[in-house]
Amino acid sequence: MGTTMNLGDMQVGQKAKILTVKAKGEMNRRIRDMGLIPGSSVAVVGRAPLRDPIAVRLSGVTISLRNSEADHIRVETI
Amino acid sequence: MSAVHDFAEETISVQKHVRIALAGNPNCGKTTVFNGYTGARQHVGNYPGVTVDRKEGEVVVGKTRVTLVDLPGTYSLTAYSMEEIVSRRELSVGNVQAVIDVAEASALERNLLLTVQMLEMGMPVVLGCNMMDEAKAGGISINMERLSKSLGIPVLPMTARSGLGLKEVMDAAVKLANSGRREPLRLSYGTDIDQALRQMEAKIASAKLLVDRYHPYYTALKLIERDADMLAEVNAADAKTAGELEATSRQVAKHVEDTLGASMESVITDHRYGFIRSVLADGVLTQDPSKDRLAFTDKLDKVLTNTFLGPIIMLAVLYLMYQITIEIGAYPQGWVEDGLAALGDFVGDNMADGPLKSLVVDGIINGVGGVLSFVPLIVIMFSLLSFLEDCGYMARMAYMMDRVFRMFGLHGASVMPYCVSGGIAGGCAIPGAMATRTLRSPKEKLATLLTLPYMTCGAKWPVFLLLATAFFGTEQAPTIMFLLTIVGWVVALLVARLLRSTFVKGEPTPFVMELPPYRFPTLFSVLLHCWERAWMYIKKAGTVLLAISVMLWAMMKFPEMPEDMAAPYEQKVAVAQKAVDDLPQDAAEEQRSAAEEALSEAQNEQSEAELAYSLAGRLGKAVEPVLAPLGYDWRTDIALIAGVAAKEAVVGTLGTAWSLGEVDPEGEEETKSLGDRLKAAPNWSKATALSLMLFVLLYSPCFVALVVIKQEAGGWKWLAFSMLFNTAIAYGVALIAYRIGLSVWG
Repeated sequence: MGTTMNLGDMQVGQKAKILTVKAKGEMNRRIRDMGLIPGSSVAVVGRAPLRDPIAVRLSGVTISLRNSEADHIRVETI
Repeated sequence: MSAVHDFAEETISVQKHVRIALAGNPNCGKTTVFNGYTGARQHVGNYPGVTVDRKEGEVVVGKTRVTLVDLPGTYSLTAYSMEEIVSRRELSVGNVQAVIDVAEASALERNLLLTVQMLEMGMPVVLGCNMMDEAKAGGISINMERLSKSLGIPVLPMTARSGLGLKEVMDAAVKLANSGRREPLRLSYGTDIDQALRQMEAKIASAKLLVDRYHPYYTALKLIERDADMLAEVNAADAKTAGELEATSRQVAKHVEDTLGASMESVITDHRYGFIRSVLADGVLTQDPSKDRLAFTDKLDKVLTNTFLGPIIMLAVLYLMYQITIEIGAYPQGWVEDGLAALGDFVGDNMADGPLKSLVVDGIINGVGGVLSFVPLIVIMFSLLSFLEDCGYMARMAYMMDRVFRMFGLHGASVMPYCVSGGIAGGCAIPGAMATRTLRSPKEKLATLLTLPYMTCGAKWPVFLLLATAFFGTEQAPTIMFLLTIVGWVVALLVARLLRSTFVKGEPTPFVMELPPYRFPTLFSVLLHCWERAWMYIKKAGTVLLAISVMLWAMMKFPEMPEDMAAPYEQKVAVAQKAVDDLPQDAAEEQRSAAEEALSEAQNEQSEAELAYSLAGRLGKAVEPVLAPLGYDWRTDIALIAGVAAKEAVVGTLGTAWSLGEVDPEGEEETKSLGDRLKAAPNWSKATALSLMLFVLLYSPCFVALVVIKQEAGGWKWLAFSMLFNTAIAYGVALIAYRIGLSVWG
């Protein structure tokens, strides 16, 4: 069992599985449309020079999202 | 572009006409597919009321004429972004008979979300798995037959870049288009939702609610999703049935929320992905674990978005881009200007003197010239912009800059429009405003659009150079000009912040954005893109600006001085002219030049008097009391009014108003003499110069920029806002600077 944390708190290079996505409204829709849904495997591949936003890899694509957005996503590290 | 020819050859005896839509995610290579089918035979317009490009092209397949409609790239078909609403409308109303869905083969899972939604509408879809070459190199293999069987639609491989598979996909689409709509794909969303869907679908079918537009299943599904657009549409069609349906959907939404703790939308999207994953896992998709198609992109990103190197490289790229545009752009810009000058001379020589000649030469040729001389800059700037966008670097710039821009209520992608507008000194607000199209967040886009005119565009430069050199000395001038660039940035960002909490209020649009893999764009797509932009600019700005420049010309020309007022000036000019003419052939050089100087002085005095008497001159005098607190007299005011037409006109008009004749802003001698004249004038001081520089930096954008802003912001009110609000800001800043300047320098 890995530890659970917010996606925004992950280190670059760390891998995890999404547990829940608790955003609301449009943000929820955008996050989910990109495939960031419970069960997806993700890895943090980078951070912008000012540590925010982060770049996340999932099933062949790279998605960037702000820390405040990533904080709506709970993950369990692998 | 081999595919283009295949289609073009089959133009004999066309019988049927069908419309086929081209759909797909952003970055899936859809534009290349569209270009591959239509070549240069495409038509670009706008969807009414929104700034989403509407692209159509004609293709002939066998005996069928196909109108190919390029839908905006979207990830989904909810009704949130303009792009999605436009796509939905295009797909729903029976507008198109089939869809070619372009999916990026290496990111099939995410791309299929859109496919599934179109299948739920009952659209006949052909799935083209694009960029197969990239997928193969990345060790990804797709079992097309299996996927086709699972989805119940034709699935074909394609590599649009080399034209591979384009023909097969189009043939399949035409075949589908001739066989009518299909049954919608029905996924299982769990017992409760499925049951509600069945009930609602039956009710919609029996009430014949919107059946001419949508399949009842799709209407039911959208209502279950609590889709605001569909709710409104259903309500407008049949309020009673809508009420009953609404009750059912609300009930099931509440039930789902209570038991699963998730919103209806979330549950639906999760189920769609669940379906996609189960299909892909069932022997459709295999990945060679030893290969990773993003390995190269990741390596590049390690450098290009590196904490230290990233920002440095970004600055270098921006600077290089600006250098290329200005350096290379100067040549064609010069040719256009020379050509127009020659045309002006030609017309001047062949027309009788009089108001008509003046209208043609000064009004029309000058006005059109103003528009045309920007075209080379726009073409170069947009070639570079679309290269940066297509290769994937633009998304990285947004990614790196977002943290900074977000503080001011903007988006990381605002960095490009700002820089193009003159954030790096010497840009131009016109291509800058056009570059805001890459911003997909409407509020951030509007705020960017309204604040980018504060940047130091190239046309403000001569004004700064003139005043800074004359009043602060040649040595201090570069510092002053650098500081003005900084002031432009600071004001733009602060005003953006202000706008985002007042006129353009609202939550920040989510940033969530794809960082596409780095790719080398095709030359054709880059060229086509910039041609579209340049043409759009010529069309829109050209027509409006022509009218405005004629109006402005008339303002500075009419009313003409009455005979008795004009007579003394004319007499003086005539006398001076005679003196020059009467000089003997062997007159001394000094004598001749003295006589010629006297003549031009007389002519300039006449111009000054004419300008003062004209409507513009009177307007200048009328606003004199208003602008007097900033330290300006009527001469400055006329120059500022002319500057609204084009900032280049400020220095020139100032010259005319100070009886120096037309001052060419690039002529060193003339500018210097204007500077000296201003310095010697009693009502001019360092404080006046500072105040005027700030005013010119911040006040109303020029007309062409205003027209482009109107076009991008989507309304005349934003044009008026830009003009008035910016002038008010300029007034405030200049007033404070003037007062401070007076107390510091006396």
